[in-house]
Amino acid sequence: MPPGQYITPDFPVLSAGPTPHTPVQAWSFTLGGAVDEPVSWTWEEFIALPAETVTVDINCVTKWSKLGTTWTGVSVDTLLDAVQTEAEYLTAWSDGDYTTNLPLDDVRDGKAWVAYEYDGEPLEPEHGGPARLLVPHLYFWKSAKWVRGLTLTPDDEPGFWETHGYHNYGDPWLEQRYQGD
Amino acid sequence: MARAAIPGRLTWQLGRVVELVDETPRCKSLVLEPPDWRGHRAGQHVDVRLTAEDGYQAERSYSIASAPEDEQLVLTVERLEDGEVSPYLTDQLRPGDELELRGPIGGYFVWESSQGGPLLMIAGGSGVVPFRAMLRDWGAGAREVPARLLYSSRTLEDVIYRNEFERVAEKGADVQLTLTRQWPADWRGHRGRVDRDLLAEVAWPPHQRPLIYICGPTAFVEAVAEALVEAGHEPGRIKTERFGPTGT
Repeated sequence: MPPGQYITPDFPVLSAGPTPHTPVQAWSFTLGGAVDEPVSWTWEEFIALPAETVTVDINCVTKWSKLGTTWTGVSVDTLLDAVQTEAEYLTAWSDGDYTTNLPLDDVRDGKAWVAYEYDGEPLEPEHGGPARLLVPHLYFWKSAKWVRGLTLTPDDEPGFWETHGYHNYGDPWLEQRYQGD
Repeated sequence: MARAAIPGRLTWQLGRVVELVDETPRCKSLVLEPPDWRGHRAGQHVDVRLTAEDGYQAERSYSIASAPEDEQLVLTVERLEDGEVSPYLTDQLRPGDELELRGPIGGYFVWESSQGGPLLMIAGGSGVVPFRAMLRDWGAGAREVPARLLYSSRTLEDVIYRNEFERVAEKGADVQLTLTRQWPADWRGHRGRVDRDLLAEVAWPPHQRPLIYICGPTAFVEAVAEALVEAGHEPGRIKTERFGPTGT
């Protein structure tokens, strides 16, 4: 387990505002920004994409870790196959106006998913459903709840928590919790 | 391309315990003097770190109960029965001890007078701690902004900061309590959980666009935030801070 963390059997909820409740009929996922041609998927199209089930540990910056969590969703590699890009960063954006930034390399090569099932069940709204980003090697705020798209960017653009005092990258093994860590 | 610029690091420092205040049977306030405090905004928190003799360390976050204007830093800690950190803070810590901490942390769940209002704070249990900071800050300055606290507690005995809130009420803040488990026979406050009806009675109507802060256990915050959104309040005017059964 990364330094300064403790194990919880629970699944705590942390978000900055009310939980959005976007029905899947109104849901879409968009890959845009610095790409040759933006791509969007409806919910039906999205869940028809090849899915993967992964079991990973998750680490929240507020110190709790949860071991062996199982998620099903689409690998970000699969999504990125649909576009051409020279971008090096991305901003994940969500319902509720949440954003978080990541280097593109951190969501490539089997490191990130857009997950819509937790433990074999549809993902609950309070945990980010209908779908959330899952980037388990970074602190969990990078795993944006209620994610609706990825905007690829040439430059790194700090997101919501990254402009409110939290670390820009968020590696739990280096305890990069806050700005300057 | 370069990553965004990095401001100064929040370093660990030793804060001397000046005083311990019994707030309720389960909650204690720690009055601290950190040597190098750069100031904070009402609503922010600090990280506290304990180190055992064998080097094992445990960290937790605690909301700051003191206002930016206050000379000393105050944290209020609720004792969690199976907690790793809180029982030490409430039972073992003594005046004169030093406590390792760093902060302030968090730049979203904060209120400053420039943000205006009406300022509506809704607390469940020990979620009231950051609102002590906000109300003290409000009392020290921007009292033309209407301020209201709705505080849900299990019993009167569990209510933190009763004297403090009487003082801010004298300055014009509207403090309303609701007791959910039991209440004195002559209780004149609200009874029962914070639900749609109580919010309709206590919250300003949506067209007055109150700036709303909700802090408490996850289920409390989820229920209150959802009821407010359903009543027509803008989600963007509602800020939440939640803690699970394991605490934060």
